Amino acid sequence: MNTIKQRTMTVNGMPVLIEGEKNLLELIRKAGFDMPTLCYHSKLSTYGACRMCVVEDKKGEIMASCSTPPRAGMEIKTNTPRLREYRKMILELMLADHNRDCITCEKRNNCQLKELAERFGIDDVRFETYSLDGTKDHSSPAIIRHPDKCILCGDCVRVCDEIQRVGAIDFVHRGSRMEVMPAFNMPLAETKCVNCGQCAAVCPTGAITIKSNIAELWEMLADDNTIVQAQIAPAVRVALGDEFNFEKGENVMGKMVAALRMLGFDDVYDTSTAADLTVIEESKEFIERYSSGENLPLFTSCCPAWFRYAENYHPELMDNISSCKSPMEMFGAVLKEKAKKDAEETKSKKKTKVVAIMPCTAKKSEVLQERYHYEGEPAVDLSITTQELATMIRETGLNFADLQPEPIDMPFGIASGAGVIFGVTGGVTEAVIRHVVGPEDRNTLAEIAFTGVRGLEGVKEVKLPFGADKEISIAIVSGLRNAEELIQAIKKGEAHYDFVEVMACKGGCIAGAGQPFVEDRARAERSEGMYEADRMSNVRTSKSNPITDALYRTMLSGHNAHRLLHYK
Amino acid sequence: MEHEAMKAKIDEIIARHSESKPIVAILQDIQEEYRYLPKEALLYLADAIDVSIAKIYSVATFYENFSLEPKGKYVIKICDGTACHVRKSIPILNALRNKLGLSDSKKTTDDQLFTVETVSCLGACGLAPVMTVNDKVYPAMTPESATALLDELK
Ligand code: SF4
Ligand code: SF4
Ligand code: FES
Repeated sequence: MNTIKQRTMTVNGMPVLIEGEKNLLELIRKAGFDMPTLCYHSKLSTYGACRMCVVEDKKGEIMASCSTPPRAGMEIKTNTPRLREYRKMILELMLADHNRDCITCEKRNNCQLKELAERFGIDDVRFETYSLDGTKDHSSPAIIRHPDKCILCGDCVRVCDEIQRVGAIDFVHRGSRMEVMPAFNMPLAETKCVNCGQCAAVCPTGAITIKSNIAELWEMLADDNTIVQAQIAPAVRVALGDEFNFEKGENVMGKMVAALRMLGFDDVYDTSTAADLTVIEESKEFIERYSSGENLPLFTSCCPAWFRYAENYHPELMDNISSCKSPMEMFGAVLKEKAKKDAEETKSKKKTKVVAIMPCTAKKSEVLQERYHYEGEPAVDLSITTQELATMIRETGLNFADLQPEPIDMPFGIASGAGVIFGVTGGVTEAVIRHVVGPEDRNTLAEIAFTGVRGLEGVKEVKLPFGADKEISIAIVSGLRNAEELIQAIKKGEAHYDFVEVMACKGGCIAGAGQPFVEDRARAERSEGMYEADRMSNVRTSKSNPITDALYRTMLSGHNAHRLLHYK
Repeated sequence: MEHEAMKAKIDEIIARHSESKPIVAILQDIQEEYRYLPKEALLYLADAIDVSIAKIYSVATFYENFSLEPKGKYVIKICDGTACHVRKSIPILNALRNKLGLSDSKKTTDDQLFTVETVSCLGACGLAPVMTVNDKVYPAMTPESATALLDELK
C-alpha cells in the first residue's frame, strides 16, 4: 500500500489525495475549484482542443488539465497571471469568429461561452471576424444549426457518434476553414439524424439549438374556437422545477397543472394515463409473441429516436418492434376520438387540439409522422419541451413557486405508478412486468424493483420466472450505441432476449434533450423522483387503473383498441 | 446501371484492403479510379464499411489531395513554387486558362477533358518552370509550348 504522501499532489498549494481520477480536471474540481472547460464531458472521449482548462506546474509548464493524468507529487496552479492571460486570449480568438448577437440568441441564458467571457472580463475583441456567413439550417423538425456560433469544440460530433452511433455531423475541412456539418453540407433533415437532440444538449453555445414551437402554441391558445388540451409526459414533472430553483428531482406536477391552466389550456391530462394503455397493449402483444415464438425479441416502440434509428439502420427489425404507438400518440388518438364524439353530441363547431409537454426533442418529429395520424390529421398537434414550457411560464410572468397545486382533469384524471415510471430507463419494462406477472401483491412488486431493472446503467439484463417452468429474458438499454451493440450480439447469437427496452437518451426520458440540462448527479435525483411518485401512487399497476378499465369497456371496446392504439 | 457498376467497383476496392478498412487508402483508390471522389461512391462506401458518411466526408475534405469535383481526362498542374514563379509560371497558367476558358473558380472544362490547377512545389526546381499532365513532367515550359501541348493532347 502506498503511503498517503505517495498518493497526494497539490492544487494551488492545497494537498489533494489522488483517488483514481482519470485526469487533473476531475481532481481539481474535487478540490473545489470550478475549472472552465468548453470541450470536456465526462461521458465522452477527451478532445483537449479548447485549452480553457489549462494549469501551470512548478516548472512553469502549461498543460490541459482534461488530458493530463494526475501524478503523486505534482504541484499545479489553476489561476496564475499567465493562465489568466492565456485564457483571455483564447476566448478573444473564439469570440472573433463568433456571431455575437447574444441578446437574440436561443442560448442567451445558458451559453457557456458567454458565461466564460463574463467570468474572465472580456470587454473587447481585437481580432477581425473572418468566416461568418449567416447560414442557418432549419430543415429538421427538432434541431436548428447555426454554424456562425460554433466554436469547434466537437462535443456534438462526439455525442452523436460515441453515444448515439449516428454520426450525422462531423468536422469538415481543416485549419481556418474547419466547420462542423453533415456530409456534403446537406440539410440535417436529409441525414440519418434521429432528432434525439443530444448534440444541442451538449453544445456550449447557440450553434445547435432545439426548434421552438412556442409561437404556434400561443396562437392556438388565443383562438377562442379551439379547445386546447395538454398532456404531460412522466419525466417532465421531476425536471421542470430545475428552471425555478426547486430541489433537483422534486415533483412539481401539481404546480405545472395549475400553470398550464393559467396559460390558457382548457384541459390538462397526464400522459402516464396513456402509458397504462401502452402497458396493457404491449403486454398483450408480448404474451402473444412469447407463446408463438414469433418476432422475438419484442423491441419497445415508445422512443421516437430509437424508432427512427431502427428504420434507418435496421429495417429488418421492424417486425420485431412493437406495433404499439407511444403513450403520447395513444393519448392523442383517444383524446381526438373523444373530442369527435363530444362534438357530435353537443353540435359544437369548436376544434380540439392536443399539445404534448415532453422531455423529448424527437417527439417533434414523431407528431408529424403519418402512421400516427388520427383520421388524416395529426393526433398530437404540437409537442413542446420542458424548457419551452418554462419559457412560456416566465413569459406570462407567473410566479411558479407560489402556485397552488391542482389535480389533472377528469375523465382521465388517474394514472398508475407504473405509467409514471415510463420516464426512466427500465420503467417501461418494470411496468410491463408488473402487468404480466400480475398480482398486486407488495412482495412481488418489491422483488421486481430489485431484480435489476432499476438504475441508470446503459445496459441492464434481467431474467424473470414465468409460469411454472419458463423464464423471460429481458434487456434494457439506453444510448443508441448500446442498442446497436446489443443488436449485433443478438445477431451473432451471443445473446438471447425475449423483450428489449430501448431508449435513445442515456438514463431514459428524464435526461431527454428537452429537459433542463443535467449532469449525472441530477439524473439520479430525477430517477428517484419518478420512483417516489410511483410509491405515493394509490394505483400501482396499469390494469388496476379504473380509467383504463372504463375505456376498454367503451371507446376501446372490440377492434377499437387496435385501431386507436397501434400504428399498424 | 452505371450505379451498379460503381457499386461493384467500390466493393472490389474495399476487398483489396484489410479488415481494418483504412479509409484514407480506400479513398485514394476510389480517386484513382474516377479521378475524383463521386458523391454516390462515398455514400455507398459509408454503408458498405459501416462508417458514417459524415466521417468519410470529414476525411475526404481534410486532405487537399482528395477532390470532390469531377476532374478532366488530363489534369494539368502548373508549379507555382518560388523557383517556377520567378521563372514566370503565372503567364503559362494564364495562357492555358485563356485558351480553355477556365479561371480560378472553374478548373475543369465542360467537356471534362482538361483540369488546370496550380501546385505549391513539385520539387523539380532545376527544370523550372515545370508543369505536369497526369503525373508526366514537362520541364522548362513557356506559354506557347504549353498551349501547343494542349493541341497535341486533344
Ligand atoms: S439530434 Fe441526435 S442524431 Fe441528430 S445530429 Fe444531434 S446527436 Fe446526432
Ligand atoms: S456546434 Fe456546438 S457542440 Fe458542436 S462543435 Fe460547434 S460549438 Fe461545439
Ligand atoms: S476542456 Fe480541456 S482542452 Fe477543452
